[in-house]
Amino acid sequence: MTIAWYLAVSAVIFAIGAGGVLVRRNPLVVLLCLELMLNAANLALVGFSRMWGNGQGQVFALIVLVVAACEVTVGLGVIVAMHRLRLPSDVDTMRELQG
Amino acid sequence: MSAVLFFIAAAGTLAGAIGVITLKDPFYAVLALVGHLVSLAVLFLLLHAEFIAAAQVVIYAGAVMVLYVFVVSYIGGQNLSSGQGPGRAGRFGAFACAGALVIELFIAVLGSGLRSIGTIGARVAVGFGSPEAIGSLLLTKFLVPFEIASYLLLLAAVGAVTLARRRGGLDDRGDGTPTISVMDFMRPRPFGTGTMAEGFGHGEALSAAQSERRQERES
Amino acid sequence: MSATTAAWIVLAAPLAGLVIVSFLFNRLPGRSAGWIATGTIAVSFVFALIALAKLQQLAPGHRELTSSLWSIAKTTGVDANASLLVDPLSVLMICVVAGVSMLIHLYSVSYMTGDRGYSRFFAYLNFFVFSMLLLVLAGNFLLLIVGWAFVGAASYMLISFWYRRTTATAAGIKAFVINVVGDVGLVLGTFFVFRHTHTLDFVASFHAAPKVFAKGSGDITAGCLLLLVGAFAKSAQIPLHTWLPDAMEGPTPVSALIHAATMVTAGVYLIARMHPLFQLAPAAGDVGAILGAATLLIAGTIGLAATDLKRVIAYSTMSQIGYMIMAVSAGAYAAGLFHLMTHAFFKALLFMAAGSVIGAMGGDQSLDRMSGFRRALPFTFVCFLIGGLALSGIPPFSGFFSKDDILAQIGSRGGWYWGLYVAGYLGALLTAIYTFRMIFRAFLGEPCTEARELIDHGHLFHPEQPRNPANGEIEDTDVGFPGPDHVIAERALPMRLAMGLLALLAVVGGIVAIPKTTSWLDNFLAPSFADSTIHLHPSNGLIYVGLVLGTAIGLTGIATAWVVWVARPGSAAAIAARVRPLTTLFENKWYFDELINALIVAPSLWVGRFAQGTFERLFVNGTLIGGTTGVVRAGSAAVRSAESGFVRYYVGFIVVGLTAVGLYFLIAS
Repeated sequence: MTIAWYLAVSAVIFAIGAGGVLVRRNPLVVLLCLELMLNAANLALVGFSRMWGNGQGQVFALIVLVVAACEVTVGLGVIVAMHRLRLPSDVDTMRELQG
Repeated sequence: MSAVLFFIAAAGTLAGAIGVITLKDPFYAVLALVGHLVSLAVLFLLLHAEFIAAAQVVIYAGAVMVLYVFVVSYIGGQNLSSGQGPGRAGRFGAFACAGALVIELFIAVLGSGLRSIGTIGARVAVGFGSPEAIGSLLLTKFLVPFEIASYLLLLAAVGAVTLARRRGGLDDRGDGTPTISVMDFMRPRPFGTGTMAEGFGHGEALSAAQSERRQERES
Repeated sequence: MSATTAAWIVLAAPLAGLVIVSFLFNRLPGRSAGWIATGTIAVSFVFALIALAKLQQLAPGHRELTSSLWSIAKTTGVDANASLLVDPLSVLMICVVAGVSMLIHLYSVSYMTGDRGYSRFFAYLNFFVFSMLLLVLAGNFLLLIVGWAFVGAASYMLISFWYRRTTATAAGIKAFVINVVGDVGLVLGTFFVFRHTHTLDFVASFHAAPKVFAKGSGDITAGCLLLLVGAFAKSAQIPLHTWLPDAMEGPTPVSALIHAATMVTAGVYLIARMHPLFQLAPAAGDVGAILGAATLLIAGTIGLAATDLKRVIAYSTMSQIGYMIMAVSAGAYAAGLFHLMTHAFFKALLFMAAGSVIGAMGGDQSLDRMSGFRRALPFTFVCFLIGGLALSGIPPFSGFFSKDDILAQIGSRGGWYWGLYVAGYLGALLTAIYTFRMIFRAFLGEPCTEARELIDHGHLFHPEQPRNPANGEIEDTDVGFPGPDHVIAERALPMRLAMGLLALLAVVGGIVAIPKTTSWLDNFLAPSFADSTIHLHPSNGLIYVGLVLGTAIGLTGIATAWVVWVARPGSAAAIAARVRPLTTLFENKWYFDELINALIVAPSLWVGRFAQGTFERLFVNGTLIGGTTGVVRAGSAAVRSAESGFVRYYVGFIVVGLTAVGLYFLIAS
């Protein structure tokens, strides 16, 4: 399969992830959709690395993996802290930015 | 052969992705994502990125998703009242945005002038994508990003601990004032604090001896 | 010390007084504000006399001096300097103005005692004197207009001095508005003249006028008619006279100074100063003379019916100024200015005496309630008598000489001016009648309660409830003005001093121009009017006939007044009933107020109400302002709705933005 297929899959997954972020209300699921987008980027990077024939894209994908892990860690920490404070787990109720 | 595998794996990723955004229960969504990740690892393998595929499965599907499972079971999926929020119009708008995005990306990718996209890639050496190759790259050409990534991990760890710590660990003084302040470092510390003896539980004995000596001096 | 330097000091002294009194108004103890102000006017008067002396030392052909301090504006075609013109005419005016003002200031020091606005009063008075001196000393049209406007402003401030009275503020506004109409006329007239002479300076303009204007041409006639409008507004002639009786709302010294001696004579001065222009437009001069004659007759008739003491004197002022306007419009400049001077003396005297009587009445000004003050206020009675005799033109008082001088010169012009001659003597008869009506009613007869109190107990009447004399409404005196004190001349030395000096001048003032004997005034003023083309030389016969006729008419008037109001009481009412239509006409002041109200005031108010109610409310507020703000509000509401607080919206925006950026790069490549 040519590289174009992999890139197409990556684009579709990215769009699905973006739609998911906009649609879901549970913050946990929003983070999951965020992971989807990151994975799509990883797929594209690895695909291009294969296209060029050097390992730079793979190293980039590895770093992205590290970043995703960190982000999940901190994000889940925030959600746990919110839950401890008895705040409802609903993205739409956090409207302090209004106005 | 690889085409069939590709389609199976691609179908798996897409199914997992759609499952993530549609399944109501967050636990099921996590499971869908795990499936998605495994299929993605298969795709990586097809692209000669063995190390990345292994790292994906071990780190992502293994550690990160387990973390997710812990948190989901701790918090649980609550019944969300559909009170506020954009509602149907927002849903439609979201899909429109996503649709526009995917169309645009397709145009960008498939209509681009890169000729190599239409091939299966360059000729690669045998060790392409192996741990040795990635490792040598990390330690020579990409040393700085490597170090920064490790620094980032440290930050994330500290941040997670700070965010999720039990409040009981550092008590307030009772009146709401924070318990740690800069003055704590300026003020002279009680005798014996910070020593190994205190660490082993002999702190009271030390402070008792301290007050004895003070009484001797004053009298 | 030249005459022009003295003139600058004459101008500067009242200004200095104004500044001092204004800035220290809180801190000046007792009556020092009054003394300071009077002092500065006295300085001004002294220097006016010095200027007179210095001017007389120069040769007759060189008595026209200009002095310019700085240039106000220098643009192409306009020469505007701060320059004074010192010639016999202006020196005469500053002597009269400064002298009479000094005496009136002296009078006010006592009269306004106890008034909380004491310092304010003297500040305003000094400002007025400064403006009037600026007006008469001005050397170009610009400073004339400036002085003109300042005098109007000072008049407004002084008429509505007791501003808690609605009648006072209404009168002030009326005076100011009519004066502004005159200002417009003055300025437009200046434009008409400037358009051809291309200079604002008096001397240059008058030299150029005969060369650029054909005699009787449209432009110069229009310009002079507009100048006449200005003069008439300021001098309260028909039809712009309705403000003068109402201006009696101001304190009596104000009436004496502004509305007898100085401001109302500004119109006379204007015509005399602009005589080269008026002689190029004979039509304007004729209009001025006719209206002056009409004024003197109409005002005389209203004076017969007026019941407020000060208003009788005000109508008499209007009438006498009619004489002056008639004189200077007809070309008898020296005669008109002679009457101006003598009128200043005896009219100020009359007002001062009236102030004393009003003080004895406790603020009440109604002639109907006054009687028998002869024994209660002897000094005031004598002053009133002297003023009245001078006003009626009885020899040897000054008014006799000046009035007959005017009428003789008018008669010598011949033609239809004989009609004005007759009107003048008719007016003199009316003058004598209403003047002595006033004197006999107020001073003779049974003493009224207030007079009785003074005679029997020596006790000055004080009303328990202070009332506005014009409409009788009760006033609160917590404000502090008018002051609770009422002053009469018999008990205040400054007032007696001022009135005494004026009485002396009213008696002997005629000496400067006794016909066939002295012609000091004529000779003095001759250099100013050397370029006059009208030379009036009444024949001896005319002069002698005039003297006799004047005396006879004056005595007839006094006798008539005696018969009607003293010998046969009740005959006044009988006569009034016999000619009811006439009486109603006189009592309603010939309906001029109603006419102006219907013609001008009511339509203006209607336009104003329409503009506010309909146009402003609907169009401006509703559409223009409301529409604009509505649009802005809608726009900001639209933008505000984007700040919903939903994080998902914000993410959506990010995605859309991302898409757009990608699109841009796609297209750009």
